[in-house]
Amino acid sequence: MGEDALRERPDEASAPLPAPVLVRLPAHLIVLFPGAERLVSLRAGNVAELMDGLDARWPGMRERLCDETPAIRRHINVFVDGRRARLSTPLAPGADVFVITAISGG
Amino acid sequence: MGKQVFLLVGTRKGAFILASDASRRSWEVRGPFCETWPTNHVVADPASGTVYAGGGNEWFGPAVWKSTDFGASWTHSSQGLAYEAGQQPVKAVWSLAAGEDGSLYAGVEPAGLFRSTDGGESWTHVDGLQKHPTRPEWNPGGAGLILHSLVLDPADRDRIWVGISAAGVFATENGGASWETRNRGTRADYMPEGQNYPEFGQCVHCLVKAPGEGGRLYQQNHCGMYRSDDGGRRWESIETGLPSSFGFPAAAHPRDPDSLYLIPLNGDIKGRFMPEGNTAVWRTRDAGRSWQAMRTGLPQGGAYFNVLRQAMATDTMEPAGVYFGTNAGGLYASIDEGESWDCVAPHLPTITSVETLVIER
Repeated sequence: MGEDALRERPDEASAPLPAPVLVRLPAHLIVLFPGAERLVSLRAGNVAELMDGLDARWPGMRERLCDETPAIRRHINVFVDGRRARLSTPLAPGADVFVITAISGG
Repeated sequence: MGKQVFLLVGTRKGAFILASDASRRSWEVRGPFCETWPTNHVVADPASGTVYAGGGNEWFGPAVWKSTDFGASWTHSSQGLAYEAGQQPVKAVWSLAAGEDGSLYAGVEPAGLFRSTDGGESWTHVDGLQKHPTRPEWNPGGAGLILHSLVLDPADRDRIWVGISAAGVFATENGGASWETRNRGTRADYMPEGQNYPEFGQCVHCLVKAPGEGGRLYQQNHCGMYRSDDGGRRWESIETGLPSSFGFPAAAHPRDPDSLYLIPLNGDIKGRFMPEGNTAVWRTRDAGRSWQAMRTGLPQGGAYFNVLRQAMATDTMEPAGVYFGTNAGGLYASIDEGESWDCVAPHLPTITSVETLVIER
């Protein structure tokens, strides 16, 4: 559940791990990463760490969701417990996280 | 053993690959690929046959897609395809070019150049271009501030030309460390009287290199068609004899440096159609001194489409094939150097680019 990747980081080794949060990912993100799942449980203390965790599991996923500002991409919305979040938004234990693509067509 | 010809087609809804044997009379359409992402340019490394597709998705940002099996499977990456933190983020890849030394280049929006030395797996910013002193004054063209033309010199890996809308043509002779403007002789009709030949700020639409060792380049500009015989240091107008000075794509002949194909439109403020709704590709065989309209097999009357800047190409066959795709999704092919044409795919999405690949199989 992403813990292995986080545990490999020396600064995480001595600190207590954050509690798991539940993340729902959009279908058209999943198709870009073979083996990726719509529903993911990850340990992360804020949204930026959640992106690190996703990227550790599926390399390149952070670049699909975040730009070099650094910020969540303009047409990606991340909701934490029902409220729109930024990279710095903290994640409470057991938080519900939705990663959603903005409506766009053509 | 025989030759196989591929047409590499970028569209607003993914990449397509058309495949034919050497006769080029029957094309198998494969695609859409790249998860139907908006795809601005599809190219191949002729040495390896690897196909690269560059584009950008409004949700997920820029990426270069890669297929080593002619489209059967794809991977994607944008590792390193980003400016420094705090800069305006890279929105999309607009142009790709594979070098003879195995390097791969990507031109992006907002205008900048990236290089990959591992087959598109990771990228490094060629930041010398952004350090050019004119950079703060670059203004976007109608499609944004895009690096859309990326021309490598097969004879010198350190020489690169780029076309940026609407900053003009820039060139490096040292692998991208430093750049100079190459716009002398090209007009900017939209500037105030007396300022129509600036050092930079021209709206170059398409830049191509003629075959051979010389420094011959051609460009379709917002304001005219031009030839340079010295690597872009000086440009001469070649628009006399054409129905307008406005158009988007240009395609050089694979072997004859005097032959060029253009698609003039009816100007920039009348809908940007081909004149009278009659489709024509114009060909010169004397380096732009005279022009011939090629219409056989192309729609005449009622054809209100245009052809975007990267959507015309030639192949390396004998005689050369010429191909163009329209914003209405039609893909047209000539296997006799433009004399006659067939529609080989009538209903693709809006076509942004056409390139070719010929392999021995």
